[in-house]
Amino acid sequence: MLNKKDNKKSFISFVLVALFLVLVIVLDQVIKPTDKMSMLLTVLQKGSVYALAAVSMNLLNGFTGLFSLGHAGFMLVGAYTYAIFSIPAAARDTVYQYYDAVIRISFPEVFGNAMGGFGTVLGVTLSVIMAGLAAALLAFLIGLPVLRLKSDYLAIATLGFAEIIRAVFQWSKLGPVTNGSNLLKSFTRTSSFRLTIGDTTITLATFVPVLIATISIIVIVLLVNSTYGRAFKAIRDDEVAAEAMGIGLAKHKMISFVISSFFAGVSGATMAMVLSIAQASNFKAAMTYEILLMVVLGGIGSITGSIIGSLLFVASSEWWLRGLDSGTFLGINAPTIFRNGFRLVVFSVIIMIVVLFFRKGIMGDRELPEVIAGWKRKIAKKKEVASK
Amino acid sequence: MKKVLSLILALVMALSLVACGGGNGDGGSSDGDKVVKIGVFEPQSGDNGAGGKQEILGMQYANKETPTVEIGGETYKVELVMADNASSNDKAPTAAQTLISGGVSLVLGSYGSGVSIAAGDTFLAAGVPAIGVTCTNPQVTADCDVYFRICFLDPFQGTVLANYAKSDLKATKAYCLAKQGDDYSGGLCNYFIKAFGEDNCVYEQFPEGTSDYSTYITNAKNQGCDVFFAPVSTEAAAQIIAKADTQALGMPILAGDTWDSNVILEAAKGTDVKICVTTFYQEGANAEFDAGIKAWINSDSTALANNGGNDELAAVSVMGYDAYYVALEALKQAGSTEPSAVLSALPNVVHTGITGEIKFDSIGDAVRDSAVVKSCNTETGKWDFVTIATVG
Amino acid sequence: MNVMHTVLPYIISGISVGGQYALIAIGYTMVYGILRLINFAHGDVFMVAGLMMVYMAASLPLYIAIPLMILLTVLLGFAIERVAYKPLRTAPRMSVMISAIGVSYLLQNLALYITGGLNKNYPAIPWISDRITVLGMETTRVTVITPFLTIALVVALVLLINHTKIGMAMRAVSVDFDTAQLMGIKINSVISATFIIGTFLAAIGSMLFFTSFPGIVPTSGGMPGLKAFVAAVFGGIGSIPGAVIGAFIIGICESIIKGLDTILIVSGSITEQVGFATFSDAFTFVLLIVILVFKPTGLFGEKTTDKV
Repeated sequence: MLNKKDNKKSFISFVLVALFLVLVIVLDQVIKPTDKMSMLLTVLQKGSVYALAAVSMNLLNGFTGLFSLGHAGFMLVGAYTYAIFSIPAAARDTVYQYYDAVIRISFPEVFGNAMGGFGTVLGVTLSVIMAGLAAALLAFLIGLPVLRLKSDYLAIATLGFAEIIRAVFQWSKLGPVTNGSNLLKSFTRTSSFRLTIGDTTITLATFVPVLIATISIIVIVLLVNSTYGRAFKAIRDDEVAAEAMGIGLAKHKMISFVISSFFAGVSGATMAMVLSIAQASNFKAAMTYEILLMVVLGGIGSITGSIIGSLLFVASSEWWLRGLDSGTFLGINAPTIFRNGFRLVVFSVIIMIVVLFFRKGIMGDRELPEVIAGWKRKIAKKKEVASK
Repeated sequence: MKKVLSLILALVMALSLVACGGGNGDGGSSDGDKVVKIGVFEPQSGDNGAGGKQEILGMQYANKETPTVEIGGETYKVELVMADNASSNDKAPTAAQTLISGGVSLVLGSYGSGVSIAAGDTFLAAGVPAIGVTCTNPQVTADCDVYFRICFLDPFQGTVLANYAKSDLKATKAYCLAKQGDDYSGGLCNYFIKAFGEDNCVYEQFPEGTSDYSTYITNAKNQGCDVFFAPVSTEAAAQIIAKADTQALGMPILAGDTWDSNVILEAAKGTDVKICVTTFYQEGANAEFDAGIKAWINSDSTALANNGGNDELAAVSVMGYDAYYVALEALKQAGSTEPSAVLSALPNVVHTGITGEIKFDSIGDAVRDSAVVKSCNTETGKWDFVTIATVG
Repeated sequence: MNVMHTVLPYIISGISVGGQYALIAIGYTMVYGILRLINFAHGDVFMVAGLMMVYMAASLPLYIAIPLMILLTVLLGFAIERVAYKPLRTAPRMSVMISAIGVSYLLQNLALYITGGLNKNYPAIPWISDRITVLGMETTRVTVITPFLTIALVVALVLLINHTKIGMAMRAVSVDFDTAQLMGIKINSVISATFIIGTFLAAIGSMLFFTSFPGIVPTSGGMPGLKAFVAAVFGGIGSIPGAVIGAFIIGICESIIKGLDTILIVSGSITEQVGFATFSDAFTFVLLIVILVFKPTGLFGEKTTDKV
């Protein structure tokens, strides 16, 4: 009985996700970059990057209870790995203008030449997976010493590691690999994702990042619902009790840390695709803080919450609240108040209100289906009361 | 609690959507005039905020002087649409996208090369042409068919500076300082070092957010250099000059076009630091223009504040002014406000501006073969003309 | 001799920076000692103190501006604790830390809005920003004064903690929060006093720091704040002398790393630049991780036991 119900639920979710992806493809074709609505595409692209980053951070902070602030560092590793292995041979020397590039292989190009369009897809996939693996490997090495630390010491140690990673990637002696502190560009990015069938060109600029985020988040959901996920939650709720129940603390903390970092790397790679550049100086602690605030906004311990939180965050900061910065908002024209930076002030005030008064965020630790079910029950109850 | 929260959020969303609608509505002009939009892609905050604002001043003055343009037999009102790229490479693509979705015909900017390189792909994907005003790094136009520029390039400027250091300042060992990850200072230092000789240069980069420049002054002194090359942002420059004064640097400081700014003059006034820069324009070369723009700056309090509180003219303002007229010329020749038409008209645009004749080569770079060398007079707080430098 | 002459300027400027970090670090270590909270907003309070000085010095004479700046900074520190941390006293530690990050985000964005994102120059304070010559080295007077002023303030603070009633209350609260409360100590006033002392020292620190390095941007507080926190952890969190010694060590190391290329080249150990300066910030964190892994209680910290 229960199984059937679960199956039905997963089926509905699956259909909804598929419909959403189709909708994104349609939007991609309908909206041109010069349209006013193109900001919607920007929000979807950036939103999916941050949604994945937030969900992967939530896996660690919300589900395992490990307060880590090193996310930006792992995203940096992902972005660089993806970028370095995707710059086409012809552009390599222009990009590495001050150095003699050592790594000269571009997976999308190599596979693309060998197998055409399918090869490009394979190459990009390979680069993205490598981005995740690089971040995961680094997380394993960092995890060995730091995962033993307690809550806030862990936070500050991971924050420190992120800063160290950033410095290493900017070191001029590593220039032949990382291009020093200069930006990487010209790699396969979202605007290069287009299919040509006959005379029609299908743009997939928004679809690809959304797809990557969707697949990754589904994997995380499956993980959270598995025995591992239950072990993570047990560790979060009470370490000592969890250990007494036979859960290997070190092993499970490490698994959670490595997997979270893997997806942070993937989201870093997606970010590089979306921004069409990668540069170490962008991945500062401030980025980690922003992602953390998205998680808090959505609700610590809720995956759908993190997705909603990050979409709201990105849409507000990139699109809806732009008017606060440029003189006119809600039809009120007050250039002296609505000038550069006001948007962020309003935004941070909203966040402080959430942190102080709505500590559970939008979703608390529940998921969207549960919330909807709750609403349904309430409506039914009200109807019952009304009919009586 | 939960209900209240969701209500508030729903309200915020609804309101912002309305705001969006409202914001979009004001695109058309009310009195029926046709409007052509020119995007201004400049930093108004961050490291290069002050410089970006000065560059915008030139465009605004030009827009005030010539507010309309004749396109295909019709008179269009020119509207400048601003987007702040915040001097940050990761904010640049979104700022560019805001301009593109705002329906601009072409874009001017930016001050600082990194943001232009970062946004190049966004402009390319949308097919909207951009004219770089003072972004001197070669990468801006390389591999980006929609990017043009009206200034000289780093290989040229770096060589001019190196030659000047060797022949006029008689320098034998140079200390070069760039900001980490900054394509303007990094690029310029790179070409300076190539021209000056790698073995005679000490090259260091300071990380973002550095506040302590005294160590770099000490390093230069300790390594026995006799010229200090620091083509960094004006913010950093002001502090480097202050430290050079208190620590008795004892060697001339050399820099590129960003230092041609009243920020530098103010920082250097009353000190005993010798500063030389290469730039696009020397005040006084066109007296009529100088008087006009100064009168405007003094009459407009916002403009005066954006220029740093006085009417000392920055070369970037003059470049901004010229860029505006190049844009008008392109619109005229295109005969349409369509970005694609402007793009195909741009390669053939020729304009004689305040800083000389501007035309583009096959890559989209301006054909420029001379730079003005100026030195800072620390007593009067003004620039002294030194020479016009060329290469080859 | 030659090497000494080369290294000396770095050490002197390192000691000066270290003193400035020390003044910030005390705020971190005292708050952590009592609330077990990493007050991420402390560095930003330090930045706001600098900005307040910029705006007030523009219209007020310095002898009014300086005390007023210190007073307003202290009020800000007090207000932050009351508004952002006090309501969360019973919440999990992670919530309070997130609140601190939120406050830091808010202060930085407010500063961005008010300054328009542009760099502000700190006003020159006469006498302390004068140019002087020490041991044949040209520098400003503030460089020499900082360490002495820091040590004087720390001595005063230690006396306060060891010999006054409020100091005793602070020590009691940091040993055991709940028991202290049961013993009738007014926990809220003790916490407020801690924040007031911490922000007072940060205000003095900001005056010295920005006189040495006069450019202020909204993110100016971030790095010095983090380094000061690392100094506090390095010295053993909760220990005031530990924080001060940690801060001096970090200041000197940082300054030497920035000049390490030059030092090694002048002494003939290497022939070309290696780029050690890239790691001047990162080294602080290396130090942090080393100490956390090998001696988590820091140099002078007390051993804590896990409570189930």
